[in-house]
Amino acid sequence: MIAEFGLAALWLAAALAALQFLAGSLGFTVRGGALGSVVRPAAMVQGVLALTAFAALIVLFCRTDLSVKLVAMNSHSAKPFIYKLAGTWGNHEGSMLLWVTVMGLAGAFVAAVERRLPEPTMLATLAGQAFVSLGFYAFLLFSSNPFERLDPVPAEGQGLNPLLQDIGLAFHPPTLYLGYVGLSIAFSFAIGALITREVGPAFARAMRPWVLGAWIFLTIGITAGSYWAYYELGWGGWWFWDPVENASLMPWLAATALLHSASVLAARNALRVWTVMLGVVAFSMSMVGTFLVRSGILTSVHAFAVDPERGTFILALLAINIGGALTLFALRAASVTEGERFAVVSREGALVFNNVMLSAILGIVLFGTLYPLLAEALGAKVSVGPPYFNPMSALFAVPMLLVMAVGPLLRWRRDSFARIRASLAIPAALTMLAAIGLAIRVQIGVLPFLGLALAIGLAVASLLPLKGCDFRRTPLPVWGMVIAHLGIAVALFGMASESAFTVEKLVAARVGETTPVGPWNVKLVGIEPVAGPNWTALEGEMHASYRGGAPATIHPQARFFWAPPQQTSESALLTRWNGQLYVVLGEETGDGRWQLRLWWKPFAPLIWLGGLLIGLGGVLALLGRVASDLRRIVARGKIAYRRQRQGR
Amino acid sequence: MSAVQTQAAGPQGLKAKHQRLVLVVIALAALIGAALLAIWGLRAQASYFYVPGEILAVRPAPDRGVRLGGMVEKGSLRTEPDGVTIGFVVGDGKARVPVRFKGIVPSLFTEGSGVVAEGRLGKDGIFVADNLLAKHDERYVPREMKDMTAAQAKQVVAETQ
Repeated sequence: MIAEFGLAALWLAAALAALQFLAGSLGFTVRGGALGSVVRPAAMVQGVLALTAFAALIVLFCRTDLSVKLVAMNSHSAKPFIYKLAGTWGNHEGSMLLWVTVMGLAGAFVAAVERRLPEPTMLATLAGQAFVSLGFYAFLLFSSNPFERLDPVPAEGQGLNPLLQDIGLAFHPPTLYLGYVGLSIAFSFAIGALITREVGPAFARAMRPWVLGAWIFLTIGITAGSYWAYYELGWGGWWFWDPVENASLMPWLAATALLHSASVLAARNALRVWTVMLGVVAFSMSMVGTFLVRSGILTSVHAFAVDPERGTFILALLAINIGGALTLFALRAASVTEGERFAVVSREGALVFNNVMLSAILGIVLFGTLYPLLAEALGAKVSVGPPYFNPMSALFAVPMLLVMAVGPLLRWRRDSFARIRASLAIPAALTMLAAIGLAIRVQIGVLPFLGLALAIGLAVASLLPLKGCDFRRTPLPVWGMVIAHLGIAVALFGMASESAFTVEKLVAARVGETTPVGPWNVKLVGIEPVAGPNWTALEGEMHASYRGGAPATIHPQARFFWAPPQQTSESALLTRWNGQLYVVLGEETGDGRWQLRLWWKPFAPLIWLGGLLIGLGGVLALLGRVASDLRRIVARGKIAYRRQRQGR
Repeated sequence: MSAVQTQAAGPQGLKAKHQRLVLVVIALAALIGAALLAIWGLRAQASYFYVPGEILAVRPAPDRGVRLGGMVEKGSLRTEPDGVTIGFVVGDGKARVPVRFKGIVPSLFTEGSGVVAEGRLGKDGIFVADNLLAKHDERYVPREMKDMTAAQAKQVVAETQ
């Protein structure tokens, strides 16, 4: 009954999306006020209905209703509750339903609160949003129905991939989806602005909070996903340039560029065409990512199901949406008038430079991700990994980081390096000192070397915009910028340090034996069997002592899940302020020894701390923007109220 | 510094259209540069996938990262005295390549099942693997192995039995 209810809600939501699209596109062309007035309510109801359908699926998963095919395929009655819940989106159909739900809710929210833009632009925007949603509704209803029943009802479900049975899964995919799909709003705003030729500061200000919001979720999602892969896979790495990781990185790069170019458009009325273009590109990258992941055409641990029919469907959606948007862009770009001009050495100049660098990195990642497909068409099976991605992206990231240190100190319109030379002396000197120190003291690769030296200078430079400011009066968006840029420096330091200084040990140890790894001594005290709700495990007890200090106990596990049968390793982590000890328990060698893999990763946690700081910077900027918008709305309301009273 | 100052004085002299054109040209140049670099980097760095027959015919250079896929031959797996280095033979029914790997093997890695080894083929003909990928579960199979199980695995299994 609940399944049918959910399906009905989904059909109704799709019907409302169709109504929203038709009324929106007719409403603004014919200027039919009656039709136009339907659009906002339709968007709101559509959002609620999509949410209802998603809620129905959650209920089915929580009850483990095995008469529903999706539940039977992906859940199991013995699974802990939190993973039953998380299992809702831990599969293809559920994650696509989450996708349309977020799209619907985002559209509903825009329809409810956005009043700054001219009404025709809003109608065109909401029509655009509905059009994109419709494609995904069709995809769900015709090729990925999450509510399909199963007859006969199986006695037990097939369970969820144990790798995914982790608290990280409960929050990581929805967070990323909020980011991906939040960008659909930027896409729709770009479409709306192109159709009505209203590309200007008002458009940028309306779009900016959405881009910021989506970008925050993407940042947090990527950070959490990276940490999850780091401790759950037990491979000791935190970024593998896996197609799915790239699929989340590409929209992030585009959204980062968009965020900055939207700031230029909002503040200075420049970069109009470029901003619109990025608005289209950012969500396109979300869709490309979805296509790569969901179609299963690329090998990935994240690929749920290899299904050519679905791949073709998403490819068609992709072609219609991106092709349509780019065609519209090509038709209208020439008629978007030139914005304000600026000198090469100016805040705008620096932002343009970094926009181009971000786009170049995006291009590098996109090429590298798609190349295996291209090569396969030519008959060769290849994979592309860190030897390509690391140096190629660094080539553009290094100049970008240098400009990032300088840009925030420059004035809008026109400036000179002479003015800011004095303030940059300290970070530049620190970078030089660090570089000399590293060159003398240690032998490390070029990239980690550059990363460490740059990170130190950048960390100091990122704080410079606060110099001489009254902290209480500094606007929140400035705080946001400073903290986000500092976060980049912190993460960079962590990445470079992890890559340069990690110590790895691989041994077969007997119980009672001690293994040194970096400054640690790790003693294997014992191996005990333990059991969880749907797994059994061998658990090692180990005492780790840092430079001969008091030992701390850690428990790495080798887990054996029985539904579905699979083995995973639960690494044990011990975090200190200056790094992380990472221990994986392997197999018994047959002569009473146990395989152990140990890493000492100096400053590795800074990678994710940096990611969180970047996200926090975004949150502060968003709060600042929303607060000033609210103040403006209240002020306008007061004036209107006063006028009304005087009128009487 | 003088160059900067002339540039800084520029916009008054530049027509609006010109600045736009300059921006577009710079952006295009950077992106085309990125594309060319990407193509060059991909040609140099992409790691090719071979089955044993192919890798012995092609003999990739020892400094080149490649992937080798095939079946782990029954009875070929042995562990060295350090307890963490293993040696085994990967075969496809036509050719056999000895492989060495130091590390913790994936849980589904066993004799008689498929494996993809990432690493380099040494001059001595031994493939040194940095990483092993075994079949994860029914729903996640490296695609190269999937092709192989269809075309070659049956034959391999038939021959080993």
